[in-house]
Amino acid sequence: MKIIVLVKQVPDTETNIKVGDKSINEAGIKWIISPYDEFAIEEGLRLREKNGGEVIAVSLGPDRVQESLRQAYAMGADRAVQIKVDNYVPFDTVLTAELIANFAKAENADIIIGGRQSIDSDSSQVVIQVAEGLGIAHISFAVSLEISGTSVKATKEVEGGTQVVETSLPVAITAQKGLNEPRYPNLKGLMAAKKKPIETKTPADLGNPASKIEVVGLEPPPPRIPGRKLEAADAKGYAEQLVKALREEAKVI
Amino acid sequence: MSNVLIVGELKNGELKKISKEITSAGRKIADALGGKVTALLIGSGVEKFAGDLGAVGADSIVTVNAGDFNAETWANLVAGVIQDKKPSVVLVPHTSQGKDYSPRVAVKVGAGIVADAVGLSVDGGKVVAKKPIYSGKAYGNFKITSDVAIFTVRPNSQEVVQKAGAGATEAASPSAGDAKVKIVSSDLSGGNKVQLAEASIIVSGGRGIKGPENWPVLQGLADVLGAALGASRAAVDAGWISHSHQVGQTGKTVSPNCYIACGISGAIQHLAGMGSSKYIVAINKDGDAPIFKVATYGVVGDLFEVVPALTDEFKKVLG
Repeated sequence: MKIIVLVKQVPDTETNIKVGDKSINEAGIKWIISPYDEFAIEEGLRLREKNGGEVIAVSLGPDRVQESLRQAYAMGADRAVQIKVDNYVPFDTVLTAELIANFAKAENADIIIGGRQSIDSDSSQVVIQVAEGLGIAHISFAVSLEISGTSVKATKEVEGGTQVVETSLPVAITAQKGLNEPRYPNLKGLMAAKKKPIETKTPADLGNPASKIEVVGLEPPPPRIPGRKLEAADAKGYAEQLVKALREEAKVI
Repeated sequence: MSNVLIVGELKNGELKKISKEITSAGRKIADALGGKVTALLIGSGVEKFAGDLGAVGADSIVTVNAGDFNAETWANLVAGVIQDKKPSVVLVPHTSQGKDYSPRVAVKVGAGIVADAVGLSVDGGKVVAKKPIYSGKAYGNFKITSDVAIFTVRPNSQEVVQKAGAGATEAASPSAGDAKVKIVSSDLSGGNKVQLAEASIIVSGGRGIKGPENWPVLQGLADVLGAALGASRAAVDAGWISHSHQVGQTGKTVSPNCYIACGISGAIQHLAGMGSSKYIVAINKDGDAPIFKVATYGVVGDLFEVVPALTDEFKKVLG
């Protein structure tokens, strides 16, 4: 079973973001694997442990993404592939998906798994676009997954609850929180990961798809409505003030 | 000609508010580009909503008769209507359904897509979509260069504006194709009465609610306000409530008009999920909690006293 896990490198949530004209200022940013992709890596490893085969971690971006690929190695990935894109626009999902789909096609992958969204763009697009590009099934927001032979059974989160769905391989999956608890890489794994090779592919190797997105510009978030702490003698006093503020000042209730 | 297609969404046979929000947004774009607005509704008996969408700017409503939602068949149906109507702009709800079929539609019709837009404007004949990025710590403006441009639009981000369109209906029957994924069963018992990601008011609880037995305190307020019940990661990880209620980085991203945070300290991962709420009320015993940095109205006090008092006060004024 050939399993491709998608590993997107994103700024750590706690990192301060400085906005440049068309991209962020990367100086001082701590990079991490997007948290949902950690669920994807873990699930890929569990599927391999149960069904055999190999886990290929793929990340798109400049050379700094190799650090995230080494982490995937340390967790237990068998191969790591960097799709080397230096001018990386993390919001160009169609381009990203086309590159990954072309890679997955060449590898004849059975399973492609990634996080339900990345925490830098919140787009929820790439994995399902890869599925469409390959003409295969997809299951989004998976909270449980069972694969035996070529049959796939999963529970997915839907609005207001869950659904049990069935399909057969090949399949693309997006991982939702609850699917598993990602393992921590151990020291031995981290040391070994340093020596492992990282394969490199360029857009030219993968059909050179065109971008369909133009970045007009980035800006800081809009200023918040200035806040204030209310003062009152008791709970009833707070309640009266809040109701007045929300109804007469904010006019939201 | 630059026509706009919006894809509406229903829940339990009712039209969702997001459908009107994106119709209004589509009307504004069409007016700026000199085009028409077509609203697409998929389901059974959807013709009855033509008037609702006509009243907020739809020139015509295309109805497609279909059974339960399936991302693959929906993608085929939406792509079929796009190929037939040839709009240059398509607006889709950024909801769990929209997120499920829109990626396939984009690839099928060769369109670029910008997801989770909160602002839509027109510049030089093209739509510029604004979206929060990096957990809301920046905003990006993006244009799409392909012939068809698809945007998924965050619920509550667009105003509903009354503006009459013709609202004429037309039935279409594009091919639904076969779905590779079969839905075996659905369990819709665990969710909110009001859908969290689309709620205009959210009452949310954190570690400060102390235990699962205390949710009724917050649910009481939520019921009076017609609000959804949310929770912080701390409350979910403690096992006090299901993950479907979680707001934040590993939960749902929400943008309500009013977010009432009760006993939530306001970790950065939580702020990432609710920071774009228009008005934020924080009720917390700890006056130094980070939630007060983003709160419009802060109450330093015991939620077990303040929330019931607030429920009573709202009952009084809302009758």
